[in-house]
Amino acid sequence: MQRTLIPATHTPQFPSAMFRRNAFHLGPAHPEPISQRLPLIASPCPQAGFPSPAADYVEETLDLNELMVRNPPATFFVRVRGESMVDARVFEGDMLSVDRSIEPRPGHIVVASYSGDLYVKRLSRLSGGRLALVSENAALRDEYPILYLDQAEDCTLWGVVTGSVRRF
Amino acid sequence: MDTTTPSSVNTASLATGARPRLQTRFALVDVNNFYCSCEAVFDPRLVGKPLVVLSNNDGCVVARSAEAKALGIKMGQPWHLVPREFKAQGLKALSSNYTLYADMSHRVMTILGGMAPRQEVYSIDECFLDFSGMGLITTSLRDHGLLIRNRIQQWTGLTVCVGIGSTKTRAKLANHIAKKNPQWAGSFDLESLSIDEQQQWLSSLDVGEVWGVGGRLTEQLKAMGINTVQDLKEANPKRIRGQFSVVLERTVEELNGISCLVLEELSPKKQQILSSRSFGRHVTSEADLREAVLTYLARAAEKLRAQGSIAGMLQVGIRTNPFKPDVPQYNKAISCKLAEATDDTLVLGQYAIRMLKQLYREGYIYQKASIMLTDLSPRTERQITLFEDTAGREKRERLNAALDTVNRRYGSRTLQTAGAGIHKSWSMKRGNLSAAYTTDWRSLPTVQ
Repeated sequence: MQRTLIPATHTPQFPSAMFRRNAFHLGPAHPEPISQRLPLIASPCPQAGFPSPAADYVEETLDLNELMVRNPPATFFVRVRGESMVDARVFEGDMLSVDRSIEPRPGHIVVASYSGDLYVKRLSRLSGGRLALVSENAALRDEYPILYLDQAEDCTLWGVVTGSVRRF
Repeated sequence: MDTTTPSSVNTASLATGARPRLQTRFALVDVNNFYCSCEAVFDPRLVGKPLVVLSNNDGCVVARSAEAKALGIKMGQPWHLVPREFKAQGLKALSSNYTLYADMSHRVMTILGGMAPRQEVYSIDECFLDFSGMGLITTSLRDHGLLIRNRIQQWTGLTVCVGIGSTKTRAKLANHIAKKNPQWAGSFDLESLSIDEQQQWLSSLDVGEVWGVGGRLTEQLKAMGINTVQDLKEANPKRIRGQFSVVLERTVEELNGISCLVLEELSPKKQQILSSRSFGRHVTSEADLREAVLTYLARAAEKLRAQGSIAGMLQVGIRTNPFKPDVPQYNKAISCKLAEATDDTLVLGQYAIRMLKQLYREGYIYQKASIMLTDLSPRTERQITLFEDTAGREKRERLNAALDTVNRRYGSRTLQTAGAGIHKSWSMKRGNLSAAYTTDWRSLPTVQ
């Protein structure tokens, strides 16, 4: 099935003019998002003349969004600060894609707000069944204490990390 | 009245081949405390705190969190008049971050679009959904409303309320009830109640809560003894039409479940386009004023092209701050009929500069400039002049189109005329602006 994907961070063309134009008008739902992707051969096969031998091999261009973003309206990007998750190959400066529509389960790497700060941690079920946010950096274990969900005044699981992008 | 369950479809009429009449059902979905909630999604420290978002220039309160409302902060209240003790109690104020709100709105609307057959985006944080016919596949429309609420909550972190009714006006009232009465958990279907229960709810609501009934109208209605929504519902439509307007007559019909506001197609195009702003700091020089005027003009011309119109008349105005009576006051606007109706930013700009020259007086502290385009007509009906330079005109059209495309894609004012200024020292004060968390790679929220 062909999925049309737009970057979650694509600035929407949402000038107020658009709202006004739509006001009082019930249009079809599911407005098709604009795809940035182009096939390798853009022109249709000519009706007359010698058909391009490449026409049967038209492939789509690769789009990183396809790898990173499954559900655009629910996907956000965050930037990593610190070394707490290096054993999970999450490094300082990485950009993580976070999908809020995925139900967080133990074992997922999640973004969570915990007492007012946003953390990236492994959601884990520890002995006794307690849920906790656990850092993964064996070398600096003492620097990153376990954050127990039942000990927080306010803790919200913000979303599930689905990927990471690093630029050199 | 209540026919939302599949079992209540009249099977006898199906057997005889007569089509059962499809019930109309609308839902109004809106985001609670939209601007403040958007901010709190990315800054959890704001959750549960009194927070306000300020208007352009950080002047007035344009949005309040539930906690700020509880403190008694009023909508539109000038920030400098908010008592200091509130600020000491932790009341926070942010500049309006429309880039963020537009992105979050887009997400909400996209999700809502997938949850109903038809959708009308009504404003940045409100949306009508057409649920007509969905009663045949869903046992309870209220449950579908709860599903919508949960999904928006999980996917975006924002909370919505859903009101369901047989007309848009009733859906809007149902939304109000959902919002004010926590027992419905944010989703309320007016049509699922018995007639008696409906009457009770509608009698408990002030007539001013009805969609489109403003302050003055409310007073007039009350003078006639129409105090509650139920009173208006029971009013004689013909009498209402005679004493008020067709619009209010329709509202009465809508309250009685006769849907009048579906068939309204596209809203009419704007008959005038206004672009005006207050300056972030005081402006005295003509050069600064010129930059501001050309910037607002570019915005107005862009709107003009977006709706496919051309303008025959241009008005430029400048004024000092009328709330500072101790300084010399100046307030003047002039209009100019254009030689030829146009939508060209450059042509309009030339007029604007000349007009500003006439307007400008030295020795005043200016606070605001405005641009108004009037005498609008469709672009397709443009009069062709005798000595027209067709090639030159087409070139100009392409230039303006390129201007719009670039500014749409890369953000407004990416491309502009040099006269509109680069540093814009006069531009808005936005002293406490949050980051463009969702639209700028350099401003992503950080996680540790």
